[in-house]
Amino acid sequence: MTIIRDKTKSQNSNSQNFTQAVTANRLTDGYVVYLTDRDSWSERIADCQIVDDRSAADDLLQRATDQAADDLVVGPYLFKVATEGGRTIPIGQREILRTTGPSVGTDLNLA
Amino acid sequence: MYRYDEFDHAFVAERVEQFRGQVARRVAGELTEDEFKPLRLMNGLYLQLHAYMLRVAIPYGTLSAKQMRKLAHIARTYDRGYGHFTTRQNIQYNWPRLEDVPAILNELASVEMHAIQTSGNCIRNTTADPLAGVAADEIDDPRVYAEIIRQWSTLHPEFSFLPRKFKIAVTGSPNDRAVTRGHDIGLRMHRDLAGNPGFEVMVGGGQGRTPIMAKTIRNFLPVDHLLSYLEAVLRVYNQLGRRDNIYKARIKILVQSEGTDTFAQMVEAEWQAIKDNALDLPKEERDRIKAYFGPPGYDDLAGDCPELNLALDLSLAANPRFAAWVEANVQDHKQPGYAIATISLKPHGGIPGDASADQMDAVAALSEKFSFGEIRVSYKQNLILPDVPKLGLLALWRALDGLDLATANAGRISDIIACPGLDYCNLANARSIPIAQRISERFTDLAREKDIGEISLNISGCINACAHHHVANIGVLGVNKGGTEYYQVTLGGVADENARVGAIIGPAFDEWQIAGAVEDIVDVYLRQRQTNEKFIETYQRVGPQPFKEKLYGTDRARQAS
Ligand code: SF4
Repeated sequence: MTIIRDKTKSQNSNSQNFTQAVTANRLTDGYVVYLTDRDSWSERIADCQIVDDRSAADDLLQRATDQAADDLVVGPYLFKVATEGGRTIPIGQREILRTTGPSVGTDLNLA
Repeated sequence: MYRYDEFDHAFVAERVEQFRGQVARRVAGELTEDEFKPLRLMNGLYLQLHAYMLRVAIPYGTLSAKQMRKLAHIARTYDRGYGHFTTRQNIQYNWPRLEDVPAILNELASVEMHAIQTSGNCIRNTTADPLAGVAADEIDDPRVYAEIIRQWSTLHPEFSFLPRKFKIAVTGSPNDRAVTRGHDIGLRMHRDLAGNPGFEVMVGGGQGRTPIMAKTIRNFLPVDHLLSYLEAVLRVYNQLGRRDNIYKARIKILVQSEGTDTFAQMVEAEWQAIKDNALDLPKEERDRIKAYFGPPGYDDLAGDCPELNLALDLSLAANPRFAAWVEANVQDHKQPGYAIATISLKPHGGIPGDASADQMDAVAALSEKFSFGEIRVSYKQNLILPDVPKLGLLALWRALDGLDLATANAGRISDIIACPGLDYCNLANARSIPIAQRISERFTDLAREKDIGEISLNISGCINACAHHHVANIGVLGVNKGGTEYYQVTLGGVADENARVGAIIGPAFDEWQIAGAVEDIVDVYLRQRQTNEKFIETYQRVGPQPFKEKLYGTDRARQAS
C-alpha cells in the first residue's frame, strides 16, 4: 500500500475526506479489483494505492480510466477508505461488502 | 409444454452465436464497455457488485425436469453450485465468467431456454399464474396467452426500444396469483354473460419509486382480440411515453398524467384502427398452442377419492410434521385425487429463492416420480409440483424432508420474499437477505407460524421494489442513510385481486432493530385479532395506530401520525 500525500497541505488538515482509492470490476469475471501503485489491478484491498488529496485522486482515476480503456476492467471509480493500524478499510456498507463478499452466511457453496 | 418451432430454434441459436462473437470482440478490446453493455444486457447479462449475473427467463414459470436438470448443470459447471429464483419467474446465476456465458446460453438453448428480453426497454418475460392448468378456479390456461404474447413480442420491431421496460402478467382465473395490478399491463380472465372467456385489461401498474396499482381500461376483451388490443396499448405508450426522464418513463406515469379515461380512449381509438387486421387470434391458432399445454395423463381417481382421503387422513394423523406440511404447502387440484405441492425455498435462516444444484436435480427427479415431470416457479420464489397424486404426498414429503426442502411455511410469516439486495445487487441501498434470515429465525416454531396464519412479508433492498414490498402485508424497504442501512416498514399492502399499496408506518429501523419490529407487529396482530381474522383483516379493521404505538411508544406514535 502506498499513500501519496499532498505536500502543500498542512499536517493538521483533515485529510480523511480525501483518502481514497480506486476500484473496478475485472472484465473477464466481474470480480472486484483495486488499482495498485504499479498500475496493476489486485483482488486484495491491501494492495490498493491510496491518495489523500483531490488532484492525486483525479490522477489516480485517470490512470484507472486509461487502464479500463485497455479493456482490463469495467467502471473504475474512486471510493473512500480509512487506514487503521496499517489496514485499509473501505468506508460505507456497499464498499465493505464489495471487499468481503456477500454477508449472507449460508450462501451455498461459496468458493 | 410448449416446444420451440423451427423459427424459435434458429433465432435462439443465431443469437447465441452473435453473442459469442460479441464477447470475443469485447475481450479482444474491439468493443468498448459502452458498446458492449447494451449487447450483454439484451442477453440477460448484468454486471453486479461482485461478479456478472446472468438472468434466465422461465417462460410462464413452467419447467420440465430436463430443463431443471440443465439449470442444475449450469449452476454446477459454470457457477458456484446454486441459482436464485426471482420474483419474476427467472433464475439468476450470481457468478458466471464473461467468457463462459455463450456456452451457458448454448446449453440453455438445447433445452429451449434463453436469457433474451430479461433486460432492456423491451417487453419482458410475461408472468403467469404459477397454478396455471391445475387451479380449481381457472377459466382457461393463462400459459397459452403468455406464450402467444411471447411469440408476438419477441423482437417486435416496433417495441424493441420502448421508453422503459415493459412487464405483462396474465392470470386465467378471476383470483389473482400473478400480481396483475402490479404490472404495466395486467390481464385477468373472466367470462361474459354468454360464458365466453375474455380479459379484464389493467394498465399502468408498477411498484418502484412510485407504486401504483394498474387501472382497468377495459372490463372485458374477447380473447380473439388480445394481440391487437395489446398492440394498441403499446403504440400509445411508445408514442407518448416520456423518454427524457427515466423516473417518468414507465406507462404508469403516462396513464396518471393523461388520466385513466383519456388513456383508455386513446387506446380505443388506436385499437379501432387496427383491430381487424392480421393480429387477431383465430381459435385454430389458440387451439394449436393450447395443445402444448394439455393436461398430463391423469389417472381417473374420482371413484377412489373416499379411500384416498381416508388413507391420507391416516398418514396425517400418524405424522404431525407431515400434517403441518400438507396444511401449509398443499393445495386443492382441479383433478380429483391430485394435489398441488409447494416446495418451499425458504428454510428458516436460509436465503429466500436459492436452490443448490443438488436440490434442483433432486426436484427434477421428484417431479418425474410424482408430477409428470413438470415444475412451476412462483413469484413468491418457491417451486411447485403441480400434479401430485394425493397418495404420493407422504413419500414426496419424506423425500423433500431429506433435502431440506420440506419447510411447512407456504404463505406464512417465514415465507419471505426477498430480493438479492446489497449482498449482490449494484443498485441496492441495503441488504435484504440477512434481514430475511434474521426474521425467519425468529419464527421457527411451526405451531406459532400456524397460529399467525396467512401473511405476506417482503423485503426489497431499494426503491426499485423487486421484492414487491409495496404490496406485502408487511413490507420492508432498505434505505441508506449516510452509508448505513436502515429499514422502512409499510403495512397493509395486498397483492391479490384486491391489490393495494401499503402505508409507511413511521421512522425506519436499523439492521439490528428490524427483526424485533416485525415481531412487535405480529404481536399487535395476535392481541388485536378477532376469531379467524387474518393479519390483513385485523390491520384493515384497527388501522395503523396500535402498531405505531407498539413500535414507537405512544408519544412518538402521535408524532408519526
Ligand atoms: S429491489 Fe433494488 S436492491 Fe433489490 S434486486 Fe431490485 S434493484 Fe436490486
